[in-house]
Amino acid sequence: MSSLNKISFSNISFSYFPIVILFLSVFNEFDFNFLKIQYFSFNFAHILIFFWTLKNPNHLGYMSIFIAGIINDVIIGIPIGVSSLCYLLICSATAYIRNITLSPNFINDWLSFLFTILLINSIQVIILDLIFLIELNYMSYLVNTGFTFIFYPLFFFIFNMINKKIIVKLND
Amino acid sequence: MATSRDDFVIAFRSAFLKKKDKQKFSLLTLLFLSIFVIILSNFNFKIIKIIKAGINEVVYRSSFLVSIPENKIKKINTQIEDHMTIYDNYKNIETELENLKQKKLLNNFLMLENNKLRKLINESIESDEVLAKVLIDKESPFLRSIVLNKGSKDKVKIGMAVVDGVYLAGKVIEVNYTNSRALLLSDLNSKIPSLLEPIEMQAVVSGTGKHYGEIQYTKEEYPKEISTKEIIVYTSGLGGLFKAGLPIGKISKENNRRVDFFSDFKQLEYVKIISYNVMDKN
Repeated sequence: MSSLNKISFSNISFSYFPIVILFLSVFNEFDFNFLKIQYFSFNFAHILIFFWTLKNPNHLGYMSIFIAGIINDVIIGIPIGVSSLCYLLICSATAYIRNITLSPNFINDWLSFLFTILLINSIQVIILDLIFLIELNYMSYLVNTGFTFIFYPLFFFIFNMINKKIIVKLND
Repeated sequence: MATSRDDFVIAFRSAFLKKKDKQKFSLLTLLFLSIFVIILSNFNFKIIKIIKAGINEVVYRSSFLVSIPENKIKKINTQIEDHMTIYDNYKNIETELENLKQKKLLNNFLMLENNKLRKLINESIESDEVLAKVLIDKESPFLRSIVLNKGSKDKVKIGMAVVDGVYLAGKVIEVNYTNSRALLLSDLNSKIPSLLEPIEMQAVVSGTGKHYGEIQYTKEEYPKEISTKEIIVYTSGLGGLFKAGLPIGKISKENNRRVDFFSDFKQLEYVKIISYNVMDKN
């Protein structure tokens, strides 16, 4: 009986995977800028939060997402709380999608993701540009949204595999 | 119709108010908390300032530690690129060195002359320098800034110039106890009063969010004047923040509004934080 309840290190590390990657990504700002590709940028945190809060919200708590947003703001240098609000709005969108979806479908998720990040980036631009009067490059936001949307299937595939492993390991 | 509205309300309520097994806070609570934090961070109360500085200190240091592997990869990448272009670079540097040797002689003479003239008008420039290491250099597509390892403890103040060698790289916009943030010249929000030489025209160099800047607010005859000459952009010293004559960049040959910065912001490792004081002894 005790062996059934035994939680191995690999199980724990798998279940904390989304949180660890989220914090690494906000601390490290995965941007691949050393590749020196002009205009290339994508928002890894948006993909990660969207996927995990949609597919397996038990492994990515809202409080961790809130703290990750605060860290992201401090590192990028924008007013504290803006990224947290945006990240939590992604969570709201995924929670709503989860509630209204009976049979999940990749294309629907992908299109919902596009709609969500367009909405989130618009809100961020409105807050920064109109309220805080920080000049922004709209083209960069648009390109960033485009690449984030394009990269979603790749990360969906990777995260889906990990998610399946987590489910299998925790049910072992 | 009423049923579909009920469905929406149920889904909405469930999304915002219901807590999952492992969630300690509902989404709505956290959404309100983030809005509260955004509003709070705009007040300049002492306690908020202290908390903000504390968060900055912890996050900057942690980010520096977490970024060590990525910085190593960056360094290796740059080293490989340097090795690939070593011969071409050597040839260019050889001719450049010859030109610089000739210019240095002229420069020494001009410096002596400049000092003599300053003595005549009883003026001297005093500057304080602090050497700083770049802790975080994240090229965000939206904002261009760097975090330095010197702060109010080392007498760094908001508005001080950040210099890479002799080239202007940006200015300090946020100061914490042991670190500070500098806005790079390439950021959209950076506006530097400048002087175009040798045509002696005042202008403002504005960042574009890319690796080059843009000339703004200059004379109408500007395009005519620069068509034949190579134009170097220096700080004009107007506004009193920066010393006049700090090199910023040069006007691009393809586009007469574009300024190619001398400093390569992607390669910043150590910079100098400088404050200037023009002493008028009259």
